[in-house]
Amino acid sequence: MECVVWLPAKMLHACRKARTLPAAVLVILFPPLLIPTSKHFINNRLIIIQQWLIRLILKQTMATHNTKGQTWSLMLTSLIIFIASTNLLGLLPYSFTPTAQLSMNLAMAIPLWASTVAMGLRFKAKTTLTHLLPQGTPTPLIPMLIIIETISLFIQPLALAVRLTANITAGHLLMHLIGSSALAMLAINLPLTLITLAILTLLTILETAIALIQAYVFTLLVSLYLHDNS
Amino acid sequence: MASVGECPAPVPVKDKKLLEVKLGELPSWILMRDFSPSGIFGAFQRGYYRYYNKYINVKKGSISGITMVLACYVLFSYSFSYKHLKTPAGRSWAISEGNSQEGVV
Repeated sequence: MECVVWLPAKMLHACRKARTLPAAVLVILFPPLLIPTSKHFINNRLIIIQQWLIRLILKQTMATHNTKGQTWSLMLTSLIIFIASTNLLGLLPYSFTPTAQLSMNLAMAIPLWASTVAMGLRFKAKTTLTHLLPQGTPTPLIPMLIIIETISLFIQPLALAVRLTANITAGHLLMHLIGSSALAMLAINLPLTLITLAILTLLTILETAIALIQAYVFTLLVSLYLHDNS
Repeated sequence: MASVGECPAPVPVKDKKLLEVKLGELPSWILMRDFSPSGIFGAFQRGYYRYYNKYINVKKGSISGITMVLACYVLFSYSFSYKHLKTPAGRSWAISEGNSQEGVV
């Protein structure tokens, strides 16, 4: 998004160079407004539904970890909530999806993966290094296999980021194209337009599912790397 | 005896709510508002809690509490991308809204 927001001069007294804020910053800060917090025991419907969902997610993702891995619960839960809410908001018309940008996903994937590897090397160095060689490999193959496993280890953050970017971007692109073609065909051929609109409806349902699934997959893989290394 | 409707002491312009400010006092009222960062943040916080307590934090809140917010979000995003939508730059895959009658793909 090329649009910017002008800040009042008083607020920028300290930083003289930048007088503008990309509007994408506001868009990234929007999803937390939809998730209120509460210290009460009995809440309104919105908070009850969200807390129920968060408890479900927490149980599902953190059950397989040991005590050390469970210190990551807050990180992983907030990760899945952020990705899911951002992806779902991106399905609204004219909205901007931060998770469709590769830069954003790399910024999420690389630190998380690197910290799981660092944790593994710091606390269980031997086990982490032995993960590089699967059990039962024939002896002549060992050097090549270690190189291959190291490459696959370094591919992990790249794959995490590119997977999310590509899925979200491809879905949005398909919806744009099919929607534009339906609009263009409206004056020419009505039955075909209705078929295209039916395809668009199915695609929207698919995209909703993908938005949620991709969030889940991202978080699951990070927790898997954590499980290996904690 | 003083009439019952009159207040005992005049309220300063700064503390009046917007709907109580007279039209002639409006410029001075605007200038007296707190435009510091904490003032602006306080205004956003008050607005947020006003909406939250009216539509969401009620016993039987409905889905309209959230859908109004999402509708405003859509309008906000539309207004931000208006310039980009009205002048399509490059026709490889973007189609502007006004050209559907030409049948261009």
